[in-house]
Amino acid sequence: MQTTSPTNNGFLCVPLRASAPLREIRLLSCVFIAAFTLTAQTGSGEKATISATPAAVTASKEDPAAVDRGSKIFAGHCASCHGATAKGITGKGVDLVRSLYVLDDEKGILLTPPIRDGRPDKGMPKSGLTDAEILDVAAWLRVQSYGAGHRTTYTFLDVLTGDAKKGEAYFNGAGKCNTCHSPTGDLKGLGSRYTPQQLQGRWLSPTGRGGAGGRGAAAATGPSRSQKTVVVTLANGQTVSGTLDRVDDFNVTLHDASGAFRSFTRDNGIPKVAVTDPLKIHIDMLRTYTDADMHNMTAYLVTLK
Amino acid sequence: MNKQAFSYAAAAAAILLSVNVTPASAQGVTKEMLLHPSSDTWPSFFGDYSGRRFSALKEINSTNVGNLSLEWAARYTPGPAGTAVNIKSPALLVNGILYFTSPNNGWAADARTGREIWHYAYPPNTGNTNGNRGFGYYGNWLYMETPDGNLVCLNAADGKERWKIRITDPKLDYTTTAAPIVVGNHILVGVGGDHLDNPGFIESVDPETGATQWKTNTTPRKGEPGIETWPDEYAAAHATGQTWIPGSYDPDLNLYYLGTGNPNPVMAEQSRKGDNLFTCSILAINPDTGKIVWYYQATPHDTHDWDSTESVIMIDGQIDGKPRKLVAQANRNGYFYVLDRTNGEHILTTPMLEGMNWNLGLNAKGQPIPDPAKYPKPDGSLVFPNSGGATNWASASFDPETDLFYVGVAKGWSVYYQTDTDDHPEGYGGVDSGAGSEGGSLLAIDYRTGKITWKHDWPAGGGAAHMLTTAGHLLFTGNGNNIIAFDPSNGKILWHSGLMGTPSNGMTTYMLDGRQHLLVGAGDSLYSFALNHPVK
Repeated sequence: MQTTSPTNNGFLCVPLRASAPLREIRLLSCVFIAAFTLTAQTGSGEKATISATPAAVTASKEDPAAVDRGSKIFAGHCASCHGATAKGITGKGVDLVRSLYVLDDEKGILLTPPIRDGRPDKGMPKSGLTDAEILDVAAWLRVQSYGAGHRTTYTFLDVLTGDAKKGEAYFNGAGKCNTCHSPTGDLKGLGSRYTPQQLQGRWLSPTGRGGAGGRGAAAATGPSRSQKTVVVTLANGQTVSGTLDRVDDFNVTLHDASGAFRSFTRDNGIPKVAVTDPLKIHIDMLRTYTDADMHNMTAYLVTLK
Repeated sequence: MNKQAFSYAAAAAAILLSVNVTPASAQGVTKEMLLHPSSDTWPSFFGDYSGRRFSALKEINSTNVGNLSLEWAARYTPGPAGTAVNIKSPALLVNGILYFTSPNNGWAADARTGREIWHYAYPPNTGNTNGNRGFGYYGNWLYMETPDGNLVCLNAADGKERWKIRITDPKLDYTTTAAPIVVGNHILVGVGGDHLDNPGFIESVDPETGATQWKTNTTPRKGEPGIETWPDEYAAAHATGQTWIPGSYDPDLNLYYLGTGNPNPVMAEQSRKGDNLFTCSILAINPDTGKIVWYYQATPHDTHDWDSTESVIMIDGQIDGKPRKLVAQANRNGYFYVLDRTNGEHILTTPMLEGMNWNLGLNAKGQPIPDPAKYPKPDGSLVFPNSGGATNWASASFDPETDLFYVGVAKGWSVYYQTDTDDHPEGYGGVDSGAGSEGGSLLAIDYRTGKITWKHDWPAGGGAAHMLTTAGHLLFTGNGNNIIAFDPSNGKILWHSGLMGTPSNGMTTYMLDGRQHLLVGAGDSLYSFALNHPVK
């Protein structure tokens, strides 16, 4: 798919960044997931699907109450042919999620006739629904399509598959995390602040933004202990050091110990610039983790309430 | 009548009205000009059909590039659709006039001053505005895709609309961002968008009327070759494989080399087991018939959003001491590929990044074998590189004088999450979440071996970026807000200039009034450079 930034990333393919605090998600979840996920499950009742996630309902600007009613009506009248999530059943009803009737529908204008009158030529019977009920079904269907096509509305599934005990052992053993961190010190309460998925992103790449952008992310702007520092060695041997502001091949800027802004032109590596990134160990560690290490660590860190 | 039918009818009516007032003209851009562009033009996306973005000009060269200075900068403002201007299109140059686009907008500007000559402003619409990669130019006509799924034909003289035809239904979440490419009497039109299982295709339309000449699906239908690489016809028919970056063209072989996008559902592969032809592939297409003559799939069964739409560059080179007609591609999946362009025979595959962890090695045809353990998972799988890929759509370059292929790479990691475990997932079916970056580099790759001859690590990030090489022994690219000239032999920086934004289009070079110019776009502005004291 195409990507958004002008150079490397052309368009919407920006990896999602976790940022919302856990409690906000929980509030939404209590209200919506209970209402909609039941109707959104497939036959096994276990597999997660697209569906009217809370985020999809909100982002699509449909009336949540109508969507809720529509989900129940669809389950009772339509799902036996079109499937519980409206993705269709081979040989019975067509996929409605990518149907132009749904994608182009506004206020039930396109969807009302076929639902009300049926499509006898295609073997679809009249629904027997009232006009108001049809509008509710239409609202729910539009959310299904919206949700499928908008990644930002997707709901993460069970991220906590790891073994917390193994994660703790890794934290204090092979991972050497305890060299810099303490579960009762800097990490205290970590598990209460993020969803498991957010937490997994944050500990992998803690640049202060909940899982750094993997695409040429700018200099970190996190708390002071993650601040990058720099030493600039001038041609005459004099050094200037401080906290890094920016660096590229042609310029380096910093704030020195007095807080003053300093700027230097660079020309083919002169003056010499040495940047120290306290978080570099997190990047270096990426090549050492197995997925099991990652899941175990996340399972452990969520226990740090 | 639904909207789609209405639009087709309107388009048909427009065609009928316009045909009678369309004089054939020998002016403007001719077939000959496209086959052999003169140094005072840049008539198509890559400048010529090879896709290599190498210019034979050398007035600006490695000994005087230090005197390269700004002649003008100009900013362009959007029309009523309100889409912020971001110029991802190369500025075509014909008869001293620049032609370039941004979503919902097209311009002609004086190459001597940057001043706007005309502005084509498309009306407000709800289409996706993530990019527009430029005009195609043929005769006196310009061709441009619009966010709402249309192709418009404009009069190059005044920017007035000649006709408009529907290419896709934007409600199906197609994006229409590609630069049309003109081959012979064909306007080749590509599409993008992989959000909603929309069928991928490439279409050829008539330059005069917009009538469809042929349309080739990038995934097979019932009974067609490649269908055996899908579990069922439904999965194949809805699997995208889009065509959003133009290809290269060999007139001697009459083959158009086109890279295709990733399959869909992007990150939930359970409903599309198999190699998923012809997604993530390089296709050789006969431009007269649309027939796929040969194909090579760079990423079988992709699950990480790695389109193979990066530049497919023609190289007339030597392999093992024998002259060969080749194509090369630096792929988003992190590998560099070289093929024989006469028949698609695989020649080499080499990694551009160290430590990629998503495959189990290469098969006999040089294709990576996907590791199922690194498919997106509900609890996440840590994969290198991320979905933006090792590189992306920004154009690479091949310099026949150094025999090196130049490409920008990013070294980002992501956790890939599958969010849809249904037997019949729809849409993306997952997302990836950034897990950190090791930075970015500019690579110079020897196409004969795939080995990296030199590289430049950017001090603070960077990745895919447009490249341009010239016979002046220069390599131009961008990083941060800078446009930079390198010595293409060794990676030494020779010149740079800071712009007001990140270079956003493929920089171009041409002769104008007897002097060589370098033109680059950054966001809403164009910048024209020339030597302060040109060598006479």
